[in-house]
Formats: sequence, structure tokens, C-alpha cells
Amino acid sequence: MKAYIVKKMLALPLILVGVSLLVFVAIRALPGDPARLMAGPEATQEAVDNMTRRLGLDRSLPAQYASFAVGALTGDLGTSIKSKLPVVSEIRERLPFTIGLAITAYLIAIAIGVPAGMIAAIYRHGWPDQAVMILAIMGASIANFWLALMAMNTFSVQLGWLPLLGATSWKSFIMPSVTLAVLPTAVIARMTRSSMIEVMSQDYIRTAYAKGLAPGQIYWNHALRNALIPIITIVGLNFGSLIGGAVVTESVFNWPGLGRFLVDAVRYRDYPVIQGVTLVAVTGVVLMNFLAELLIAVVNPRIRLD
Amino acid sequence: MATARTDHTETQPRRRSATGQTLRWIGAHRSIALGGALISVIVLAALFAPLVAPADPYAQDLIATMEPPSWAHPFGTDDNGRDIFARVVYGARISLLEVLLSVGLAMVVGVPLGILAGMSGRYVDQAIMWAMDILFAFPGIVLSILIVSVLGTSLANLMIAIAIFSVPVYSRLSRNLTLGLKSMDYVEAAVSLGISTRRIMTHYILRNAIAPIIVQSTLTAGTVILSAASLSFLGLGAQPPLPEWGAMMSDGRNYLGLNIWMSLFPGLAIMITVLGFNILGDGLRDLLDPRK
Repeated sequence: MKAYIVKKMLALPLILVGVSLLVFVAIRALPGDPARLMAGPEATQEAVDNMTRRLGLDRSLPAQYASFAVGALTGDLGTSIKSKLPVVSEIRERLPFTIGLAITAYLIAIAIGVPAGMIAAIYRHGWPDQAVMILAIMGASIANFWLALMAMNTFSVQLGWLPLLGATSWKSFIMPSVTLAVLPTAVIARMTRSSMIEVMSQDYIRTAYAKGLAPGQIYWNHALRNALIPIITIVGLNFGSLIGGAVVTESVFNWPGLGRFLVDAVRYRDYPVIQGVTLVAVTGVVLMNFLAELLIAVVNPRIRLD
Repeated sequence: MATARTDHTETQPRRRSATGQTLRWIGAHRSIALGGALISVIVLAALFAPLVAPADPYAQDLIATMEPPSWAHPFGTDDNGRDIFARVVYGARISLLEVLLSVGLAMVVGVPLGILAGMSGRYVDQAIMWAMDILFAFPGIVLSILIVSVLGTSLANLMIAIAIFSVPVYSRLSRNLTLGLKSMDYVEAAVSLGISTRRIMTHYILRNAIAPIIVQSTLTAGTVILSAASLSFLGLGAQPPLPEWGAMMSDGRNYLGLNIWMSLFPGLAIMITVLGFNILGDGLRDLLDPRK
């Protein structure tokens, strides 16, 4: 067990080094001269040369990577070409909006997905099960930006109940977080169902029935508690797809988070921003996955052997 | 719905006709039948697009813009007066092409890497899996955005980007399958007979790993369509005037409240197609895995 956790912890920095290398190489391969972009369209050759030196682009690639990695570790991700502000402070300004959206979406997904999955498991093969499973497979097949457009059309344009764009009040949270929650809700419902079904066939559940406990008590106290681990794990392992969804959702709703920032940066070819946001997002996902894997290892020692 | 159909077959004479047998099989594998039917509809619509939708998906009619659905234009017309129905139907061609090329490319790269990792073990295995773990750490959309910003925004580059983020799925799967098959008696027998490693990889491992890989590709197809539409919607994939479903909705977004048809129908087309692949994939997976 300890050996497994140590192995995972040693693998973590290796993955992060690989991620940073990939991002670094991709950004160097971007078309166009970043120094020219930074210096502006009317800059003289001398100004461009100065910028090249200032950015360290005249140095060798390994040297550039070293200073990029050291910078990233010490909280320096360069300067945005568009705003001329440090990328780190730009990210810090937007990160709470993305985290707020992600947490709200996950809370919605858990609040709906877990009970729905439980109901499906309890009424296995009955109509509630089929209804939940049909909804779940549909939820996994919908483009979240399409749902966003339909919701905007209905609740903002037609009914005028909710703000159309941006993050102005708590009401602004409703549409983006609900559309973002659809996919994780579907995933959690399916996961809850299958892990509940597995738990319910265990001997100790039979014992609980045999000693005359009420079914409600068995579902909540005995079954759900044990089914919760795979559910929490799937939440952790799906954090990446949630972030991917947030990129699209934020762009539809003009949400002032990291996702829209990334898409805008691609349009402006603001390469320090692309680099910084990608690095922060992937690091977050890697850490969440790591926590989920640790949880599996601690709670269920059978799984770690794979 | 399905029960009604089974009742009907049971009134047939005892001798099982070919149709009876087919219906029986369909009753037992409803997911495969339903998913397969949905996908068949989309594939046929894509193949026979000019027959299904006689209108030209690119023809502009500036007198008849933003029209609601009518007999002449079943899904209405868009901001340039183009027939939305024709664009949705021709869009099926693009989406199926995305699936075919992205999944195909991801398989061609990922499967050999996975088998190689599984057969070699040790350092080769660790190196390949390290690379795959790195790619897998990226949310698909984020990696695609990074790749597309390097290669430039176009449909072809979008498909490359999606293929790259799908590679780890296939390499991990084929590695696991290889590890399982490697210790089977028939493979060990082949090794002791002195058959070359290359031949073992292709004739003994790959052939027996193909079925789960195909199931996986059916399940990946839905993700591919959703990712491709998302990126095109963000302006990072298929460019106008291509009738790509995501790109069409990106246009429609500017006319919310004026013309909902431009966004509604491409989104429904995405849902039906992805649903078809997901249902089919679920059914095929259950068919292969008798434990379920």
C-alpha cells in the first residue's frame, strides 16, 4: 500500500514535467514570431531584436525551457501580449469564476445524480430505472453549448427571467452551472446505480434485511455509504472533462473565467496566456486525478494492483 | 413498443422464419438494434444527401432569409437564406468523416503503441505509458485548442487534434488486452514454437484484441462528434461556409430570439447521432462482456 502511494507520488512530478514540456514545445511551434507580436505591429527591427533578447528567445531551447519551468514554479508565467499584465495576476482574477462554476456544477450533479442512481438501483429493471437510464444516456449525448443556447433563448430572450451573458448576480450562475452539470449528472447517476447494485448484493446487506432494518435505513446507511467511494472517485477522475466543458460553457455565456480567457487568447495569439492557462488547468486536473487515485488505493486495496 | 413487436412474432407458426429469428435477436439486443438503426439513418442520410435534401446547402437566397420551417424549407432558412435542412443533412457527412478519420488515426497510432508496450514490458512500456499519461492528463478540449492554435484552424487540423487526444484511450486499452492475451496458452505455445514477436503481435494479439477495440471506437465516436462540434462552435474547427453542425450553431448564436432554427436543428442532429453511437456502444459492450 505504502509502496503504491510512493510510486504514484513519484510519478506525479514526472507527469507534470511532461505536461510542461509538451506545452512549451507547442508554444514554440506556434506560427509567427512572438517577439514581433509582443513589440507590436509598427515596431522597428531594433525594437523586435530588443524584445527577442528580453523574452530570452535568443537563447537555446533547453535554456528557455529551464527558465520557463523555474518561472512557473515561482509563480511567473510571463506577460500577456494583449493586456501587458502578468499572466499570473490575470489568471488569479479569473480562477475564482471557473472554480465557482465547477463547484456549483458538481454540487448540482451530485444532488441530482446520486438520488437518481439510487432510485434506479432500488427499482432495478422497473420503470424508474429505465427512465433514469434513458435520461442519463441522453444527458451524455447532448452538446452542452446547444443546451446553453436553448436555455438562453427560453429563459433570457423569451421569458426574461435570467441574465443572458456575463456574471452579474447569483442568477447568472444558474444557466451556466446547470448546462455544465448535465454531463457529470449523467455519469454520476450511472455510476451510483451500478455501484449500488453491486453493494446491495453483498452479504451484509442481506444481514441488515434479516435483522429487520427498514429498507430506507439500509439504502442510506449501509448501501449508499459503501457505494459512495466509487462515486467520489468518478467525480475526481472526471474533473478534466468538467474543465473541458467549462471552456465551452464559459465562452457561450461570456463567463469571465479561465476557459473563455483561453479561447480569447487563441484568437489574439496571446501565447503567454495560452501557455499559462493550459499549464494551470492541466495541473489542476492532474492533482484531482491523483487525489482520486489515492482515495481508491486507501479505500479499496484490490484495485491498486492493476 | 418492443413488447408489441415480440407478441406479434409469437403468433407466427412454430417453424422459425428468417424474419422471426431476426426479430427474436433484436428483442434480445435492443440497444444494438436501436443504436444501429439511428446510426444507419444518419449514414444513409449522409450517403444520399442530394436525394434526401434536394436544396443546395451553399446556395444563398437573400430574399428568403431567416424563414421559419415551411414545406419549401422544412427546417427554415438561415441568415444567408440557405436551406437549414440541406445544411443539417450535408453536415452528417462532415460529422461522420470526423469520426472516421479521427478515430481511424487514433487507432492506427494508439493500438500498435499499446501492443508494443504490453509485449515489451519494462522501459519501453514505461516510456510509452508515460507519454500516454501526459496526453491523457489534458482535458480533450484543452489539448485540441493547444494543437489547433499551433497547426491553424481548419477541419483537417481539428481532426488531427481530436485524433491526438484519443490516442491514449486506444493505447491503454490495447496494452491491457495484450497483457491479458500474452499469458494465454496459445500465445505461449506460439512463443515456444519460435514464431517471431512481430507475427505474434499481429496474428495472435491484434486479431483477438480487435473486438473490444471496435466497441471502444463506437463509444469514442460520440465524444469525437461532441468535441469536434464544440471546437467548431468556438471558431477553432470547421470554418464557414462549411455546414458543420457546431459551426452552424456558432452562426445561430448571433440570432438568438430572431431565428432559433439555426441552432435548434444542428443540435438535435448532434444529439441523435451521439445517442446512436452511445446506445450502440453500450449494447456491443454488453454483448462482449457476458458478465453484465
